[in-house]
Amino acid sequence: MAERIPLVVNVERIDRTIVLSPSGEISYHEAPLFRTFIRQAFDAKPAGIVVDMALVPYMSTPGVATLVEALQMSRRNGGSLVICGLTEKVSEILRISKLDKVFKIVASRAVALA
Amino acid sequence: MNETPELCLELRSNPCYLCGTRELVAQVAKRVGFPDNQCAQWASAVDEAVANVINHGYERRADGPIWLRIYPLADDEQGPGMRIIIEDEAKQVEPEQIRGRDLEDIRPGGLGVHIIREYMDQVSYQKRERAGMRLTISKRVKGPAAKRASASDVPTHDCTKNN
Repeated sequence: MAERIPLVVNVERIDRTIVLSPSGEISYHEAPLFRTFIRQAFDAKPAGIVVDMALVPYMSTPGVATLVEALQMSRRNGGSLVICGLTEKVSEILRISKLDKVFKIVASRAVALA
Repeated sequence: MNETPELCLELRSNPCYLCGTRELVAQVAKRVGFPDNQCAQWASAVDEAVANVINHGYERRADGPIWLRIYPLADDEQGPGMRIIIEDEAKQVEPEQIRGRDLEDIRPGGLGVHIIREYMDQVSYQKRERAGMRLTISKRVKGPAAKRASASDVPTHDCTKNN
């Protein structure tokens, strides 16, 4: 069966920052694709990466794992990682996982890019 | 417990079916009487459980059987409730080995079991007699998990809407 992965990731370069804007759910099925976009973004060696989660209505722990990997990459590479636009549902997963204090999380893309 | 489930679902261990399974469970939970935020918790718990079967049990094979049986529970002083039993024919492990990682150890993975235990009142892993594992999860509208959430002031949200 041909499987369509219903996740779209928009990639923008704004000055020395790469903004990733996933659109769709990020669960076990979609997380590998999301991971690919994150790795490609770090490969471009930006000063920072912003992940705008405003269009992600649901994320399960494989998606969380991808964000943790991104955090580890940012620490190794020296660039910043900012997450913005979290919905309440996705915020709850990070809170329960005690990761809400580990990531730099801001309310919106505008704040992330300021 | 009534031995006959109200709803049975058999699926293959293909991750493309997680979304539909999640939505089915959320809708059934809504009709049982759970509020929207707890419907979302049911959906998350089942999603994490089935993903674990796919990833760890079947080691990413997409053709393994997974069964969900859903049992609404009669109302009691803790309100309406539901029990879901998830079974597979995947690799067997000792139930006491199934635990999430230490949350202070920041690394990818190991969170699914923690999410299930946070959202559900009761979580029980067992080896099936011939092959595979059985996970039994249950929750009531005013059960211990709901009280934990209330104590931590978890915001509510509508599981039927994409926020």
